[in-house]
Amino acid sequence: MFDDFLVRALIGGIGVALVAGPLGCFIVWRRMAYFGDTVSHSGLLGVALGLLLGVNVSFGVLAVAVAIAACLILMRRVRAIPNDTLLGILSHASLSIGLVVVAVAVSVRVDLLSYLFGDILAVGRDDITLIYGGGFMVLALLISLWRSLLAATVNAELAEAEGIRTTLVEGALVLMIAVVIAIAMKVVGILLITSMLIIPAAAARSFARTPEQMAVLAAVIGAVTVPLGLFAAVRFDTPAGPTIVVAAALIFALSLLAPSLRAISAKR
Amino acid sequence: MHSTHLVHLRDVSLTLGGKDILQSVSLDIGSNEIVTLIGPNGGGKTTLVRCILGLLKPGQGVIERRAGLQVGYVPQHFSVDWTMPLSVGRLMSLTARHDDRTIRAALAETGVEHLIDAAVQTLSGGEFRRVLLARALAGRPDLLVLDEPVQGVDFAGEIALYDLIAQIRDNRQCGVLMVSHDLHIVMSSTDRVVCLNGHVCCSGVPGDVGANPEYTRLFGPRAADAFAVYTHRHDHHHHLDGQIADGTPDTCAEDHQH
Repeated sequence: MFDDFLVRALIGGIGVALVAGPLGCFIVWRRMAYFGDTVSHSGLLGVALGLLLGVNVSFGVLAVAVAIAACLILMRRVRAIPNDTLLGILSHASLSIGLVVVAVAVSVRVDLLSYLFGDILAVGRDDITLIYGGGFMVLALLISLWRSLLAATVNAELAEAEGIRTTLVEGALVLMIAVVIAIAMKVVGILLITSMLIIPAAAARSFARTPEQMAVLAAVIGAVTVPLGLFAAVRFDTPAGPTIVVAAALIFALSLLAPSLRAISAKR
Repeated sequence: MHSTHLVHLRDVSLTLGGKDILQSVSLDIGSNEIVTLIGPNGGGKTTLVRCILGLLKPGQGVIERRAGLQVGYVPQHFSVDWTMPLSVGRLMSLTARHDDRTIRAALAETGVEHLIDAAVQTLSGGEFRRVLLARALAGRPDLLVLDEPVQGVDFAGEIALYDLIAQIRDNRQCGVLMVSHDLHIVMSSTDRVVCLNGHVCCSGVPGDVGANPEYTRLFGPRAADAFAVYTHRHDHHHHLDGQIADGTPDTCAEDHQH
């Protein structure tokens, strides 16, 4: 049962989980889940552009994700549109534009489902190189900016007053999210990427006493859900990407029984 | 700039959204001195603090800080979302890493060392304010900036907290810039009061009238302490929006017609 493709799927999936967990903590802390969704939905447009222009699809996704993220940050200054409305518009508009472009302009037959929900069993050596290369860069940047980013998240004004350049580190965070979305697309697909970011982080919350513990735990929980989901998918013959997400959701549900979370909720 | 001044402001003005928030504000803060900003809502207290911290750039005027000035800041609003697992000990190293001894010493100084392992979300208002103060102290600040330091603290806690701030100043010889609404308590623990309403209405040493126990008994601590600073006179009066109608924004020597 340890076929080559399964081993590659494991390696690729765990690679994504290891970087998505810690980064996902910031998405949870900063309430950016919808932001992550919007940026990842724009990924389909990136896929379409990549296919149209004949460049690597992942680079297309990365470019569009960065563009949409920049767009969001700039448009946030337009106070007349509430932020969640803006996110909703961009999220569904970019997904729809992507679907239209893929249908109309791309002549090659495209397996849309594999982009939407991932195709982890088709992860190849190139994908693994991309996942670990991009993942390593994101993790290195995240670790080097950790204290600044955390301070900016807890209290931006205080961080700024004590010498942290918050706009810069927040920009870096958005860039890191875009990179992770680009490298994770192969594993769970653009519709489910946010789950890799936020579910392990949310599950880790119950057991963590410091932000660092939560980040490490999120990486571990994410990494554990990949083999769980994969083997369940093989065993029950279910789609692999969604099964991994289901496994993560089950672990999250179990984490709610953890005592530390109950104690905090009770004291609130 | 005089060498004992930590921060020196000269003729600082700031206009935001067409409204003059600060008008020609001049202010010096020395080491070992507690300066308290008071004034009405919208008087520009927090804006001035943000300018001093470097968060806002004034439209005109000069803000000089002593070279290498270390600032410890306690913001007015500080709430930690419950999704963030943050112990008091970890909060202490939020913007800069401190060793365990420094952290414990700072927490002990504000009387909350026993809370070092507690989650910040479980603290009471008074405890949290003390922890934030300790966090600012851990960086060995030359200047402490406290925006509404008793936010969310009960009355008895307020007095204790102001006493603590005075004590910290005595021990560390640092400068303290405070923003406060609590006229009645602030007056007894501050060296200099600056009344800000767009411009500096008045500034000076609070009188010691309020300290007299007979007076306190007769009028209550609020009136007594507030009296100490509000006996000043102004040489100008204001329009409703706080703009100066005439006269100069200087010390309050003359007739007061608010």
